Amino acid sequence: MNNIIVLPLIIPIFSAVVLVFLRRFAAVQRLIAFASMLAVSIISFVLLELVRKEGILKLDFGGWKPPYGILFVADSFSVLMVLAASIVTLFCLLYAFSTIGDRHESMFFYSFVLLMVAGVNGSFLTGDIFNLFVCFEVMLMASYVLVALGGEKVQLRESLKYVLINVVASSVFLIALAYLYGTVKTLNMAHIAERVSEVGQDPILTLVSLVLLIVFSLKAGLVLFFWLPGSYVVPPAAVQALFAALLTKVGVYALIRTFTLMFPHHPETTHAILGCFAGLTIVLGCLGALSSRNVLKIAAYNIVISVGFILIGLAVRTETALAGSVFYLFHDMVAKALLFLLVGMMVYLTGEKRIDFMSGLIRNYPLFGWLYFLAMLALVGIPPLSGFVGKVLIGKGAIEAGSYVLLFLGFASSLVVLFSLLKIFLSSFFGETIITNEDKKPLPKASMASLVSLAVCIAGIGMGAEQLLAYVQDAVKTLANPSIYIDAILSDSDSEGV
Amino acid sequence: MRINDVILRTVVKVVILIILTLGVYLFFSGHHAPGGGFIGGLVLASGIILLFVTYDIETIQRKMPFDFKKVAALGVFIAAGTGLGAIYFDLPFLSHTDGHFKFPFIGDKHLTTVTLFEAGVALTVIGTLVTMILSISEDE
Amino acid sequence: MEQLMMVLIGILVSVATYLILSRNMIRVIIGTAVLSHAVNLLIMAVGGLKKGNVPLIGHEEEPFTDALPQALILTAIVISFATTALLLVLAYRTYKTSGSDDFKELRGMPDE
Repeated sequence: MNNIIVLPLIIPIFSAVVLVFLRRFAAVQRLIAFASMLAVSIISFVLLELVRKEGILKLDFGGWKPPYGILFVADSFSVLMVLAASIVTLFCLLYAFSTIGDRHESMFFYSFVLLMVAGVNGSFLTGDIFNLFVCFEVMLMASYVLVALGGEKVQLRESLKYVLINVVASSVFLIALAYLYGTVKTLNMAHIAERVSEVGQDPILTLVSLVLLIVFSLKAGLVLFFWLPGSYVVPPAAVQALFAALLTKVGVYALIRTFTLMFPHHPETTHAILGCFAGLTIVLGCLGALSSRNVLKIAAYNIVISVGFILIGLAVRTETALAGSVFYLFHDMVAKALLFLLVGMMVYLTGEKRIDFMSGLIRNYPLFGWLYFLAMLALVGIPPLSGFVGKVLIGKGAIEAGSYVLLFLGFASSLVVLFSLLKIFLSSFFGETIITNEDKKPLPKASMASLVSLAVCIAGIGMGAEQLLAYVQDAVKTLANPSIYIDAILSDSDSEGV
Repeated sequence: MRINDVILRTVVKVVILIILTLGVYLFFSGHHAPGGGFIGGLVLASGIILLFVTYDIETIQRKMPFDFKKVAALGVFIAAGTGLGAIYFDLPFLSHTDGHFKFPFIGDKHLTTVTLFEAGVALTVIGTLVTMILSISEDE
Repeated sequence: MEQLMMVLIGILVSVATYLILSRNMIRVIIGTAVLSHAVNLLIMAVGGLKKGNVPLIGHEEEPFTDALPQALILTAIVISFATTALLLVLAYRTYKTSGSDDFKELRGMPDE
């Protein structure tokens, strides 16, 4: 029995519930939260090995065979995402231990983080599109609370907008699901894919896929990212890092899954629009990153740029480009978390958000400064670090497909990323120090440990790209050939029946 | 300010029993007929909220000293626990079973583990609903 | 009957759009609630209005009504109920701290 697939969802939910009863014991809360995320990370690693050995695994809830019941599917792509999400959450929790404060801890902070991770992992693993909606909502509901938790004026103001945008997006998601159900009469993703390829992707189905594109674009911050910089900069640094690493990436995952598995038949419409969106996102994100002088805003616009960059791979849809997308998605989850934690630490140390008011941090905190430098190199894609392989593969794929405009935009965006991050580095880390030795706040040890671990992960992903690529290739094999996925889900349901 | 609510109080004393009984009835009828944990929980919660409206929050909290947040958490715990039970018996997650049992005096009864799951759902609904209403109304 | 439902859904969606585009906080929240009702009706109409028997054990006569849209709607109702409750609490707290329920006054500074 493949019950191991559901553990990344059920362990966080269970620990979140247990933590509600332990409200007053902050130390026990930390221990349980950390232990459960550690367990999920180990489980997802085991699962990854298992999937590579045995192929796609599935778990029919309650023994209801597909397409009748809800099911969880573990293929290499989803498990890679679960692994990255679990590792990132583990280190964000470690960072939060020393920075989040008693007030958050007594207001069920860890419970909400765990519930959010449960929603994220559920979204990655589910094989049913309505279940995807439910997992999205679990994740979003927890994120609504995390944005507003703390109750400061600016937090409440921004969280209200964030919630409203997402509520409207969820309604549009449901509209798309209603049309989809009305047309193909099923909600199992593999079954949808099978029926769509049998009857051909007629205009109605293409329309449905475009509605889904709009919904996931809103969630992923593709073109429709106007809500993102405002709401991602208000919560505490650990929450920002979690949002940056997980929430938009779930949208990207959903886009990739939708347009490789269910609606790959009319690329001249859907993928062309995706390509336009990706290019536009990169340009607009670059403008935002260049114009801002607030460190948090610059980091937030960097999320937007990377979302656009990842989706170049989906838009040109050669196998190489898809491999690049999957690899870059994995790298970006870790690297964006590190970037946001570093930036959050800068704000914590100086009490300022604008780069003009910070200077000479590297003299006070040398290790911290060089960690930032490392993260910057990784995000730009300098060879031994994690961003390099993804960028090269996406570039190679774009050349194969002849999409030179997207290729140019993608690599021009690397320069803008470098420029915007270097702007922070030069003005805030170099120069005369403004912090005297007496005023110098000590770096919290647990936070430093999490920063160093994430940096080690980035270096590890870069150095061990060969090993990781084996899993990525496996994931791409399934993405490029939807029939593998469909057969794995539906093959035994005909013979056994219900 | 004291409001004159004699009629409300008198009616509630009788009606609350009917509402709570209806809630329990809906909860148990859910297996073969319309009803179930969610609907039963909603009715039970609306009964409890009616009590809060009729009497004041302090009086009811003295008689029902639960933290409703914990009630909701207990509900999720039970519902998720039934899923884990299936994992323990090496069946697919969320598998349920049922059986007929003979009891002295009440005779043959059909019992299912789905009822446990539904109990979790009902507790969650009661807990969240009452928490929502209380958190809005407790604010000064 | 489905055509009538479609007209009703259209009216609800337009009402919701009008409300969501207004500047008053409570109107916007009511707009999202109306929108979710419209969507629920849409799911119901798309699944086909009552055509067969109740899909319960003990009522064996064919054909059954498709029960799945109703299950979807129940889930959607629970979710929209929870988000609306959360939104109302958030709006109330925002009003308390900012002293305004007008979205135009809640824009924030260009570069905070």
